[in-house]
Amino acid sequence: MMYDIIIIGGGAAGLSAAKEAYDPDLNILIIEREAKLGGILKQCIHNGFGIHKFNLELTGPEFAEKTADGIADLDIEVMLETTVTDIIQFKTFDLTVMNEAHGEFHLEAKSVIIATGCYEKTRSQILLPGDRPAGIMTAGSAQRYLNIDGYMVGKKVFILGSGDIGLIMARRMTLEGADVLGVAELMPYSNGLTRNIAQCLDDYDIPLYLSHTITNIVGKERLEQIVIQEVDPHFQPIAGTEKTFDVDTLLLSVGLVPDIQMFESLKFAVSPVTKGAIVDQHLQTSVDGLFACGNALHVHDLVDWVAEESERAGRYAKMYVQGTLDTHRQEDVIPGDNVRYVLPHRYDFDSADDSVKFALRSTLKAAKGTFKITQGETLIMHKKARHIAPAEMEHIVVPKEKMVSNAPITISLEVT
Amino acid sequence: MAKREMICIVCPVGCHLSVDEETLEVTGNRCPRGAKYGKKELTNPTRMLTSTVKTNATLQRRVSIKTSDEIPKGKIFEIMDELNSIDAQVPVKSGDILLKNVCDTGVDIVATTSLDR
Repeated sequence: MMYDIIIIGGGAAGLSAAKEAYDPDLNILIIEREAKLGGILKQCIHNGFGIHKFNLELTGPEFAEKTADGIADLDIEVMLETTVTDIIQFKTFDLTVMNEAHGEFHLEAKSVIIATGCYEKTRSQILLPGDRPAGIMTAGSAQRYLNIDGYMVGKKVFILGSGDIGLIMARRMTLEGADVLGVAELMPYSNGLTRNIAQCLDDYDIPLYLSHTITNIVGKERLEQIVIQEVDPHFQPIAGTEKTFDVDTLLLSVGLVPDIQMFESLKFAVSPVTKGAIVDQHLQTSVDGLFACGNALHVHDLVDWVAEESERAGRYAKMYVQGTLDTHRQEDVIPGDNVRYVLPHRYDFDSADDSVKFALRSTLKAAKGTFKITQGETLIMHKKARHIAPAEMEHIVVPKEKMVSNAPITISLEVT
Repeated sequence: MAKREMICIVCPVGCHLSVDEETLEVTGNRCPRGAKYGKKELTNPTRMLTSTVKTNATLQRRVSIKTSDEIPKGKIFEIMDELNSIDAQVPVKSGDILLKNVCDTGVDIVATTSLDR
């Protein structure tokens, strides 16, 4: 059967994309590998989701359910417990798909939306030294074991990395009776939301060791001990600063990476910074008809922004299959001073859009600053911001009338 | 006058609040909820509590829950113990009250996941 749009992933991104892609005349399919829609939100049982989107403070499962309810009455097909193993493109997309009921089979689509989320970096990606005992896992794995499967993964816990999942798990493990001895962060600042430092660490007197990393791991069968050390500005361990902790569990919260390996055969352009696809303002990749959104495109800090971005991807995918998405010559969007990345990576001046919405992250933490949007030498817009941090994504909408020409756009941050 | 510096936890924006310890005047907040939080943090700190409880469901082995309102910060561990008494029976619907007036706080324990099997 030929689908108009196949959405891969039934989490916040996929469900939001489906809602906006919907049209009674289109055949839309969501493929989800788990038995229940909702993606990672199902295990994120803490609250704080949905403030921007629903004006409510929801827990993860509630946000997921509300988003799934939004498409429940629409004629959108959902395949659960189904995995996509490969995609190739001739004129249309050919997906190799597997599930228990049908084994391996093929599906065809005019357009595909990548909404596969992200994965957590593991020990092997950060080259942790020392023994390789049991008891070392990603914070998200521990979260799933605890919140979905009902297993406590350990009693004496240390956490490496101050990403939000690590902070959330520091509190969660403490509440369930574990002794969380500390969180070490390589950078001189936390990578998590500031509110999570306050309510997950400070509330429970869990120490945060900034500019620290793990320099040894000891344990035969099960983890027994870890050693942390302070690092200098070049991230080299400083001799004499060793601290030893007797722990049975080490949780890693050391970064998230868009989960797009399954799309290798399509050979679309990937950003070395975000590790996700390079997209234009319609969230279309370098492959026509292939769209990407949510954490599979770039890792977000708030699901509200995942949903909003994915709704746009859904809308543009619909326009693509209906033949109303016009794309002209595209110009680059360049991250300037103090800006780590900007999305979209390319924009189209002649497109029918009234404005282009940019998402960006800074390279540094600053109390105050001004984002400057320039075309060549011309400053076309600026936006003041406070409490700027690499962990907190900024959004800037540039109306078309502000753009002076069909020329590259640079966004930089001036710290004031 | 002494001021207490804190990070607002009401929403993910995380405003940096400064609360006057005598007048309880809050500055640095970007919305009225921040002012309320800053005042409360010095007088009666409260928190939302989220956790999971036992269930007979087969789709997942735990049901996520939240407190229907904020609870006194000092009661968190007492309530965590009380949650062990709950065994949620399917079908569970998000919003179902699983335990009323937990630990005499006037606050209920509410399911946040729906499981039909």
